[in-house]
Amino acid sequence: MTVTEVAEALGLEIVTGRQNLDRSITGGCVSDLLSYVMGNAAAGHLWITIQVHPNIVGVAELLDLAGIVVAHGQDIETPTVEKAREHGIPVLTSQETAFALAGRLYALGVT
Amino acid sequence: MEPTSTDRFADRYPILGGGFFLAGRASGEVKRRLSELSLPRELVRRVVIGTYEAEMNVVIHAVSGEVSVSVEGDEVRVVAQDRGPGIADVEEALKPGFSTASEKAQSLGFGAGMGLTNMQRCADEFRIASELGRGTCVNMTFRPRPVDSKEEQQDDGD
Repeated sequence: MTVTEVAEALGLEIVTGRQNLDRSITGGCVSDLLSYVMGNAAAGHLWITIQVHPNIVGVAELLDLAGIVVAHGQDIETPTVEKAREHGIPVLTSQETAFALAGRLYALGVT
Repeated sequence: MEPTSTDRFADRYPILGGGFFLAGRASGEVKRRLSELSLPRELVRRVVIGTYEAEMNVVIHAVSGEVSVSVEGDEVRVVAQDRGPGIADVEEALKPGFSTASEKAQSLGFGAGMGLTNMQRCADEFRIASELGRGTCVNMTFRPRPVDSKEEQQDDGD
């Protein structure tokens, strides 16, 4: 499934990174601990978090993640959006909790 | 692309203690440089993770520091040296989950006591030396590993 397809299926709002939404999602990671993500997420994964500071973009970029989904309607800091735009990292948001998003993503076949 | 046997460069990048906004920039630069060489992707991935964790430890704990990276053939060496408080008990610090990071760092999702563990997992050789009141030096060597088939599939996703 591509990032676009997941965004449509889960009703995610696309904040930035529209040019890279056609990428296939190869798995997922849910964590707010950056070192956990560094150690466990892989290229092509979609990362669900409630962290909103610019360092999440750095992690996504270093790991070649497919995108970041900021859960539970957290307000994303403006520098985060700017940095993501600069690096072409898709950032999406949802009002749903990380738990609900992960469950729905898993049900869609992203495992 | 140059042939692997002649891949060679050495570079150093400064890191500012407490500079959360710029944190990750040195690792990003290292990733960009290594990607230009004909190194295996799994190797670059591990170097990038190890470098990021070392860089973040400087940002979280130290006053300033630098990370230097050198490549010779398909072996990558990363040295992160800082001027900072040092580590009182290195053995304790190496235990997964142990952290002395500030509340601020922890609220940002850093300082979960996983950094040194990640470095050890990613590096093929890992050495750490620290002097209280002076600083810490982490020395990592990375070599290509047989590729895990699952990881390979995931890496092919883009």
